[in-house]
Amino acid sequence: MDKPVLEANKLCKTFGSLVAVQDVSIDIHKDEIHAVIGPNGAGKSTLISQICGSLSLDKGSVFLLGEDITKLPTEKRASLGIGRTFQISALAKEDTVLENAILGSVGASGKQWGFFNPVLKNSVLRDEAEYCLELVGLKDLINLKTAILSHGQRRLLEVAIALTLKPKVFIMDEPMAGLGSDGTKQLTEFLGKLRERAPILLVEHDMDAVFALANRITVLDYGRVIASDKASSIKKDPEVQKAYLGEG
Amino acid sequence: MIKERHLNIFVLGLLIFVPIFAYWNDQPFTITLMTRAVIFAIAAVGLNLALGIGGFISFGHAAFFGLGGYVMGILAWHSQNYVTLVEWPILIEGTKSMPIIWIITIAASASLAAIIGMISLKTTGVYFIMITLAFAQMMYYFSTSWSAYGGEDGLSIYVRNNFPGFNTLDPIQFFSICCVILLIVLFFMGRLIKSPFGLALNASRQSRQRIEAVGFDFHKLQLTAFILSGAITGLAGALFADLNRFVSPSMFSWQLSGEFIVFIIIGGVGRLFGPVIGALIFVWLEHLIGGISNYWHIFLGFILLAIVLFGKGGIIGLLCREDTQNG
Repeated sequence: MDKPVLEANKLCKTFGSLVAVQDVSIDIHKDEIHAVIGPNGAGKSTLISQICGSLSLDKGSVFLLGEDITKLPTEKRASLGIGRTFQISALAKEDTVLENAILGSVGASGKQWGFFNPVLKNSVLRDEAEYCLELVGLKDLINLKTAILSHGQRRLLEVAIALTLKPKVFIMDEPMAGLGSDGTKQLTEFLGKLRERAPILLVEHDMDAVFALANRITVLDYGRVIASDKASSIKKDPEVQKAYLGEG
Repeated sequence: MIKERHLNIFVLGLLIFVPIFAYWNDQPFTITLMTRAVIFAIAAVGLNLALGIGGFISFGHAAFFGLGGYVMGILAWHSQNYVTLVEWPILIEGTKSMPIIWIITIAASASLAAIIGMISLKTTGVYFIMITLAFAQMMYYFSTSWSAYGGEDGLSIYVRNNFPGFNTLDPIQFFSICCVILLIVLFFMGRLIKSPFGLALNASRQSRQRIEAVGFDFHKLQLTAFILSGAITGLAGALFADLNRFVSPSMFSWQLSGEFIVFIIIGGVGRLFGPVIGALIFVWLEHLIGGISNYWHIFLGFILLAIVLFGKGGIIGLLCREDTQNG
């Protein structure tokens, strides 16, 4: 197999006496969707935060395209190519859809320190943002305030912003959460195609979506990896069925 | 409902034509009052960048306002008394030239803002409010005890500083200088709000996660905004001291920091012209109601209460409908 795009080695995190993540290793290769599943409190969100840099590591290391990014802050990791979407939408709600998306293009262009020229009149940045909004199907809503978008549209906007970053890898924290069945189906289809642009680390509770999308699945329980394999093998794993699938 | 742009043009018109009208009718006091409003507006426009766009409520912007006042006061005092400012290692004299004073003021208040910002921006919310207040109070007590420059009595400057080609003691001419500075500040602020930096700062107020996930350094963003904010308010302080030909520790007082916040709340938080409208209304109320009753702050309190309760966007929010684009 070729070298992984993103590689996390033996990540550890404890909060007081609670072990949130223990020796978790995970890698993501080109063109794949690697899903992380597990019951609530299994450490999925902690793992994502550690990979993206918003939580520090007690031990372990993170590599992006072979480069050690363990010590870098969130924003550096983002500019190096980690495109994250949040479980609870983190959007500038008072701003328009386009303004939210163009922020991503600005970040990706490395022109964060412009003080004078109006960003919405910059056609390069604007085209990029509009193109990404078009991909997720929000093109008609670009001038609406984000606050009035539906829940599903906000999730799509999250994805669109991640797209504007032209990331090397997407990290998605429960993108389907709170979507109706139509929305889930639509997003599943979209993510299936998205893996050709960049591989996806997908944390998701919706098992239908996970098994429809994932090439590989890692199962977490109590902060440890209890199984990690091809999607088809995971389904049959007795330990996984006991810990997780049986409950659902 | 009117458009915010039209309201802004109306306010600009007021700013320019009221003094001209007063000049024709020989009412220099009105011009001085407008000058006061314009200078307060500059200070509050500076604060609005931190408070309105960035969302960190500085309750210590009088630190920059006062510093600006003292930079002007000290330089002019040395010049008028023919006392050198620094003799070693190089000879530095005081100056009465406004442009030089302004440049030094901007540099000094930006530096002070960098120091205060680096420490206080590590905190948020109430702690940030308190720590900025603490810094301003430190400046206040330092100035009261600095007897070389007047201590509690402050410094009097006999003649207003010079600006090439202007007779600055003439109210209308000094007003013009201040008004042009306000317009320049507003122009740059208007550009800044729409620039990548402004958009990012605006988003950082709403979601820190968002801004970091797209590759912006949250702390650098806030610190830069705080430095720019402090520099503008400092410049206003230098003009204010020049207007009164006097600087005293009261320019560092926490009441003044509070008044800057009040201007912004009255006019409209985060709106380009919010602080301008707020400062105009404040100064005129102070003059009109202050002439009737010494307790005019009670009426101001009622107005503030009404605005906070009924119109979150201040006067601009009350008068203008929500545009799809920020103004």
